Amino acid sequence: MYAQMIKSTGKGIKSLDEMDPEERAFQERIDAGGKIEPKDWMPEGYRKNLIRQIGQHAHSEIVGQLPEGNWITRAPTLERKAILLAKVQDEAGHGLYLYCAAETLGVTRDQMTRDLLSGKMKYSSIFNYPTLTWADMGAVGWLVDGAAIMNQVPLQRTSYGPYARAMVRICKEESFHQRQGFDIMMKMANGTPAQRKMAQDALNRFWFPALMMFGPSDKDSVHSAQSMAWKIKMNTNDELRQKFVDETVPQAEYLGLTIPDETLKFNEETGHYDFAEPDWEEFFQVLKGNGPCNTERLAARNKAWDEGRWVREGLLAHAEKKRSRQMAAE
Amino acid sequence: MSSPESSEYDGTEAAPHGKARSTEWPLWEIFIRGQHGLSHRHVGSLHAADAEMAIKNARDVYTRRNEGVSIWAVQASAIAASSPEEKGALYEPANDKVYRHPTFFDIPDEVGAM
Repeated sequence: MYAQMIKSTGKGIKSLDEMDPEERAFQERIDAGGKIEPKDWMPEGYRKNLIRQIGQHAHSEIVGQLPEGNWITRAPTLERKAILLAKVQDEAGHGLYLYCAAETLGVTRDQMTRDLLSGKMKYSSIFNYPTLTWADMGAVGWLVDGAAIMNQVPLQRTSYGPYARAMVRICKEESFHQRQGFDIMMKMANGTPAQRKMAQDALNRFWFPALMMFGPSDKDSVHSAQSMAWKIKMNTNDELRQKFVDETVPQAEYLGLTIPDETLKFNEETGHYDFAEPDWEEFFQVLKGNGPCNTERLAARNKAWDEGRWVREGLLAHAEKKRSRQMAAE
Repeated sequence: MSSPESSEYDGTEAAPHGKARSTEWPLWEIFIRGQHGLSHRHVGSLHAADAEMAIKNARDVYTRRNEGVSIWAVQASAIAASSPEEKGALYEPANDKVYRHPTFFDIPDEVGAM
């Protein structure tokens, strides 16, 4: 999802008998639906996996502001502009909740930022696609935030307390994001022929990248089992992808738009839609840094970090000066 | 593409989680009181250079939808917390004192509400 392809550090799943008493108590607590809190004992692999996953999720929220920020100054009305601004501000907030959750695991926010800027840590592949028209704001809210919700709702029950609590806040706000996207799509789909065409074009370009957000197919997803045992991943990639397709197809029908998949068909037997897999080669290329916007996105983040440095340092110097004056006065 | 490097500036203490670099803003824990007379409740944390900025940031991060009418910001390093190992010693003594709960006592129906 926002965290795709998280590499597990464990060596496969141990049975309860193979674990030492500490780890067994830890696993039994998770199995019983208990929460793990920052100061509790945890296996090193659990801690590392969580830092990668929460960090990647946080970076996705932050980088995810860029494709939408692109349209703030070009929104068609003042109301649309205010709504988009509020949405993008929420994404910054989501990034912050998640960075704070990751920090409770003993990594600093600056360290995570450094790893994002150097390309060591990843963010979701979806944000390496460009937003070419206003209809893309609709498609991103409807499909990208819609896909994110599929993953984030179950993560409210994840075993790590600070992560679960961050997810509760995020899910409350995410529903606004999806609805504002669908609202844009409705307006465009019921608009002039040119607007309709833009809406269809946006769906055409975002459909498969949205399906990729759930990560590779289960048969290629080698690190899932340990994460699921630890309850830091609640459903398999394919389960969530299927759920997303099942919910989204009727919504597209309502809009009168066509999903760009000729093989898409409701399967009476399974009660689900059969659909075409995305091009996984493209997915791996985008993850490797070869997507349409990878260079641009990282350059934008680096520029913001470099150009904000004097502000960060200036504010610290000011705080320090105030503190020493206060001490001198006392 | 440049990478972020720390500067020479060395004016702040270490942040509580992990080792902070010298240019990192300290971490603050944020508490918000909602509208209906409940106590301040912990909502999360954030980084800020000083208390004033912590409150301003908390307003933006944690009250975008009218979640509260009052904000407390406490530097995380100033919070003392019990540790999970003390759980038994701290909380187990309460387990055998069920008489502290009103439901421990049977009051006959004839007595009425009590």
